[in-house]
Amino acid sequence: MSDFTHNFWSLYVAGLTVVGILGCLLLLWITARKKVAPSSDNTTGHVWDEDLREMDNPMPRWWMWLFVLTIVFGFGYLAVYPGLGRFAGQFGWTQAGEYEAEMAKARTELAPLYARFAAMKTEEMAANPEAMAIGERLFMNNCAQCHGSDARGSKGFPSLADNDWLHGGAPENIRETLEKGRMGTMPPMAAAVGSPEDIRNLAHYVLSLSGSPHDSLRASLGKSKFTACAACHGMDGKGNTALGAPNLTDDIWLHGWGEAAITAMVNHGKVNVMPAQADKLTEAQIGVLTAYVWGLSNRANAVR
Amino acid sequence: MKPPSGPARKVIPITPVAPGAADAAAEMVSLYEAQKKIYPRSIHGAFARWRWAMVALTQLVFYVMPWLQWGERQMVLFDLGARRFYLFGLVLYPQDFIYLTGLLIVSAMSLFLFTAVAGRLWCGFACPQTVYTEIFMWIEHRVEGDRSARLRLDAGGWTFEKVRKKALKQFLWIAVALWTGFTFVGYFVPIRQLSGELLAMQGGWQIFWVLFYGFATYGNAGFMREQVCKYMCPYARFQSAMFDRDTLIVTYDDARGEPRGPRTKTVDYKAKGLGDCIDCTLCVQVCPVGIDIRNGLQYECIGCGLCVDACNTVMDKMHYPPGLIRFSTQNGVAAGWGRAQMLRRVLRPRVLIYSAVLVALCVGLLASLVMRTPLKVDVVRDRAALSRIVAGGQLENIYRLQIMNATESGQRYRIGASGLQGLRVASDAEVEIGAAESRWVAVRLQIPYGSAPPGSHAVQFDVQALGSGGHVAEKSVFLVPR
Repeated sequence: MSDFTHNFWSLYVAGLTVVGILGCLLLLWITARKKVAPSSDNTTGHVWDEDLREMDNPMPRWWMWLFVLTIVFGFGYLAVYPGLGRFAGQFGWTQAGEYEAEMAKARTELAPLYARFAAMKTEEMAANPEAMAIGERLFMNNCAQCHGSDARGSKGFPSLADNDWLHGGAPENIRETLEKGRMGTMPPMAAAVGSPEDIRNLAHYVLSLSGSPHDSLRASLGKSKFTACAACHGMDGKGNTALGAPNLTDDIWLHGWGEAAITAMVNHGKVNVMPAQADKLTEAQIGVLTAYVWGLSNRANAVR
Repeated sequence: MKPPSGPARKVIPITPVAPGAADAAAEMVSLYEAQKKIYPRSIHGAFARWRWAMVALTQLVFYVMPWLQWGERQMVLFDLGARRFYLFGLVLYPQDFIYLTGLLIVSAMSLFLFTAVAGRLWCGFACPQTVYTEIFMWIEHRVEGDRSARLRLDAGGWTFEKVRKKALKQFLWIAVALWTGFTFVGYFVPIRQLSGELLAMQGGWQIFWVLFYGFATYGNAGFMREQVCKYMCPYARFQSAMFDRDTLIVTYDDARGEPRGPRTKTVDYKAKGLGDCIDCTLCVQVCPVGIDIRNGLQYECIGCGLCVDACNTVMDKMHYPPGLIRFSTQNGVAAGWGRAQMLRRVLRPRVLIYSAVLVALCVGLLASLVMRTPLKVDVVRDRAALSRIVAGGQLENIYRLQIMNATESGQRYRIGASGLQGLRVASDAEVEIGAAESRWVAVRLQIPYGSAPPGSHAVQFDVQALGSGGHVAEKSVFLVPR
């Protein structure tokens, strides 16, 4: 209990609690001994709505014993559970401990299941309905926030279902991405490319690579500027999975489509982060997720 | 046999007394009173028969129902673990909770209606507290004898005979209580499986609940009895709001009965200035809540009518007309009306309104049960990916549909969407879902980019069960970015 900055307040709260309970007990004791003269008509003397009167019958005695019982229970509870200031209780119960115990129990229960999956190859797991059902839930809870429920991503978040891989789509690549995370960096290239006009021409050249609508004159002018980009994206613009450089020749646009999006990218660059999951998920869970993600783009070999 | 002597029953007088005008002679009383044990005398008669008929009916249903099968499964089972509620041919889900709500409202309305017409019918004849108390009292009566025998037994010392009787009674009580607890748990755990588990002493929680409900039955029906009605039951507290002067209650005909007094059968009591009440106190002795009905309507009275039976028996023996104590209304007693005159006043506004609401609710509930589709759909929009542009110049929104198949066989469903020009379902339009299963399905909707202005547009999902023709429509929104 770090809620108390000073021992005094802990004692103060505990004192209030105990005095309050003892006060209830005292009140019970006094009223149990008290004798009163009943009114002649056995009502409290209050009258509402002209003729509504409250009777003045004694309480049943077992009612009082119930009250005493709650007090006994209260003291018992305070002895074993936290409730008196800083005193942790005999059982040492905490919310965090409860959570840990539940998680440990779940881990022990799931261990044989995951052990079976750990012994499987990724391709085998992708064809196993049980593993994929678990994979789907893991994905929904840990990945869908960015990549979407159908894993097709959105602007700035890559689609995992389209066979277009920034860092490679083999099982070992996917596992590495999950465990260690990725850092996708596009440096601002405006200085290397040239004037704003050059950048516009370059943008049209990039659009032409994938056969997207473009101005062919500008594209032919921009072709020579592409040497600045080729270091990462390759001379043919097909990208490089070793660097995580996207393929510019397919019609897949991670950061937006059209001239404006491309010029913005060249001018300002971008840093895109996939966070590492190794300390969030167990190795077995990452294995199952790998199989699930691999199965998204290898539908023929995976159950859905 | 004299009635137990205690302080005379205090009744609110009709004329208010000035507050503080305490009786100088009044004894001092404690703020708490010990429970006075009531020894009801058993009685035969029309209302006692009704009571037993209701005990038989309710308990037959309660104890037998869990053992009946419906095809492969228990006929009535509330499977909390699997969140399925089986009622005859119906399989209800937590999403169908509205039916429970409806059922509870119907029950409450029925209670109001019965109370307005005929007072505490429920309390006297059908309430579990009454019914189990009746069963436990019957055991007590069989083992220890009737009222006077029980009074003698309790007053006497501990003889071997007393120990034998008390032990036998407790044994029978505990047996009935445990069986009741076991039956109750059998509504939530398949009872055949439960009996096997209990015999093998497995299933800690099940054993706990059986013991818990067994103990509750034993304590309430064996010991608390009328205390529950007097001090705990909320319905007993607020029913007075539903009474009026035309509500049927158990009444004592003051005008005819008073002045009361003992007499022989042959004497001309009217000449002696006596009323019809011979002050035999049988009505007090049979009362399960221990009141004297001759003091007028009291809040403890549960309207069971046993005092009516008792008094009519005595009136018969004395060759007086029956009905000195009878079911009647406050207006009826005051004006000396017969049955026909009281019945004429039954259809008063409050009764009509309760009836109308009750009928409307029952019709609504039944109609909605009949029209219920065994298919549930929840639509959840993806929160992270609001919308995206995909190849082919299409604007795409993504949703997750939870489709629940509430039938007991596998089904195929077709997902459609409407509400925007050019709206189409880009993901698989058909899904297969197993018997009584639910699945989350990712669904993508597309419109041509630029075909709708920026903002949020209402769309509707239509999920159709192929073959059975069940159909559910759910609303959602389609977002177009700026």
